[in-house]
Amino acid sequence: MIQEEKAYATTATPLTTRRQPGTEWPLLLGKVQYGSGRILLYAVLILGAVIFSLPLVWMISTSIKPDALVFAMPIVWIPPVPDWRNYYDAWTKAVPPFTTYYANTIFITLMNIVGLVLSSSLVAFGFARIRFWGRNTIFMILLATMMLPSQVTLIPIYLFWSKLGLVNTFWPLIAPEWLTNAYNVFLLRQFFMSINTELDDAARIDGAGWFTIYSRILMPLASPALGVIAIQAFAFNWNNYLGPLIYLSKPDKLTVAIALRLFETQQSQHIPETMAMTLVALVPVLLVFYVAQARFIQGIVISGVKG
Amino acid sequence: MSVQTGVQPPAVPNTSSRMTQRTRDNIAGFLFISPWLLHFILLIAFAMLFSFGTSLTETDLLTGYKFIGLGNYTRMWNDELFWKSFWVTAYYTFALVPTSIVVSLAIALLMNQKIAYQGVWRTLYYLPSVVQGVAVALLWGYVLNPRFGLINAGLRAIGIEGPKWLYSEQWAVPGFILMGLWGAGGAMLLYLAGLQGIPTPLYEAAEIDGANSWNRFRHITIPMLTPTIYFNLLINIIASFQVFTQVYVLTNGGPNNATLTQVLYIYRKGFQNFQFGYASALAWVLFLVIMLFTILVVRSSEGWVHYEGELKK
Repeated sequence: MIQEEKAYATTATPLTTRRQPGTEWPLLLGKVQYGSGRILLYAVLILGAVIFSLPLVWMISTSIKPDALVFAMPIVWIPPVPDWRNYYDAWTKAVPPFTTYYANTIFITLMNIVGLVLSSSLVAFGFARIRFWGRNTIFMILLATMMLPSQVTLIPIYLFWSKLGLVNTFWPLIAPEWLTNAYNVFLLRQFFMSINTELDDAARIDGAGWFTIYSRILMPLASPALGVIAIQAFAFNWNNYLGPLIYLSKPDKLTVAIALRLFETQQSQHIPETMAMTLVALVPVLLVFYVAQARFIQGIVISGVKG
Repeated sequence: MSVQTGVQPPAVPNTSSRMTQRTRDNIAGFLFISPWLLHFILLIAFAMLFSFGTSLTETDLLTGYKFIGLGNYTRMWNDELFWKSFWVTAYYTFALVPTSIVVSLAIALLMNQKIAYQGVWRTLYYLPSVVQGVAVALLWGYVLNPRFGLINAGLRAIGIEGPKWLYSEQWAVPGFILMGLWGAGGAMLLYLAGLQGIPTPLYEAAEIDGANSWNRFRHITIPMLTPTIYFNLLINIIASFQVFTQVYVLTNGGPNNATLTQVLYIYRKGFQNFQFGYASALAWVLFLVIMLFTILVVRSSEGWVHYEGELKK
């Protein structure tokens, strides 16, 4: 086995291609430069991309079809007369209309993004910057809790909220996020540790307290990492299913995820309407990921590769 | 809304304070980490104790608790459905996780080529992994439809009559595995970062030594990627054992419990049959199963994960 002595950072390399030698096994590694190899390469690329994109294309196409065309074989990809009314009909047909579900989901998601960013950064700052009694032991416990599947604590936490009479409110879905979680603390703490402490020391000499250092120095520097946490919190809360399924049952309290599934069961004969609503539910996700792609990808790389 | 609890800004240090710096740091530290301490005490420590206590009882949480010792655990031993759910979950996990690692790695190798419009290709492969939860389940319910779904339409075009997928005991889990593979583009980014972190001199040295492409792939690329593979293996095993949303939305465990996963069984016993004692015991066993496999993977990693920064013994 070939080894190299010097350590290097796997994570810091930007996502750009680098030239590597080798052409005999074109698709295994190396840059394919010549005719037949390149044709094969593009053929594989296109085939794969078609397979990966077709379900989404099918969804878009189905969402503007009249009901009858859904079952047409071979598949009609572009309906002769696009039926845009599917969107309007589905949105207003649900009782209450989808506006309510979106308002609920947006509220929960925004609250949780704020709560998670605030609480995770405070806790991560504590672990990364302040030397206090028992810090390392507590941090080891925090890491150990990452293994615990949430199903183990699901029933007691459900009982807790039902005793407080808060089932069918948003409290059970919001409050826990304001108490952060191990994964985000770990991610942010790693990030804070990578920031030089010289700035802290200088600020302390000038009489700044820990909270000032946190809010004035570390938070502004940490904005890429906080962005990653916000995006992940967005994705989790927007798609969360088990939580709302257990805690919310009144129609006017439901989230988009739960409402979508109910809509599908009730309107199973109108597949285009279900696809239209599913597509609408995906738009915010796609938008957020598109806008934040560079930072997000960078973030997974920071937190991910070291395992 | 004032949900945030217990976080007050620590007092600004006062130069004439009677407290030593050390005491002040202790207080500040605990104030800063207090949200997680509260999380740990309420949502983890207390909840785990309570959950374990509940698993030793028979209860609907309303009319009281009847202590039955390890009764729920012995009941599980003889519960065919529990074993079914265990095998279904294990089958799903150990079929999906390795295949999705191979698929993501293959896509990453493609993306690592010098290709035109790299950003476009990367987005096409990456996009499906962004779509999660109910949306992907509803979409795939139709993609896998035996009559008019995309997959069987494609198979029909090449003269194969596709299986009944989610309506067939034999093909339902493979259907969910295909659904999972659709998201393989997510991990592709990690492999791509890993591939691009492999120092070119390694390949050049190997080439001078006469190693062909396959040998370089086998003896450089793969070993250098093992930390990434290890991370994905661990994260994916843990996540796959907790599969719930897709199965609940599409088959609710059917047909004939062929897709009854462990979390679905916990949900069914607890929140549908109100046997919260038994459901708690099921959750603890799931925890133990996940821990067992995590430990196995972590232990095995010393044998096959190659850390370049590590000192060689």
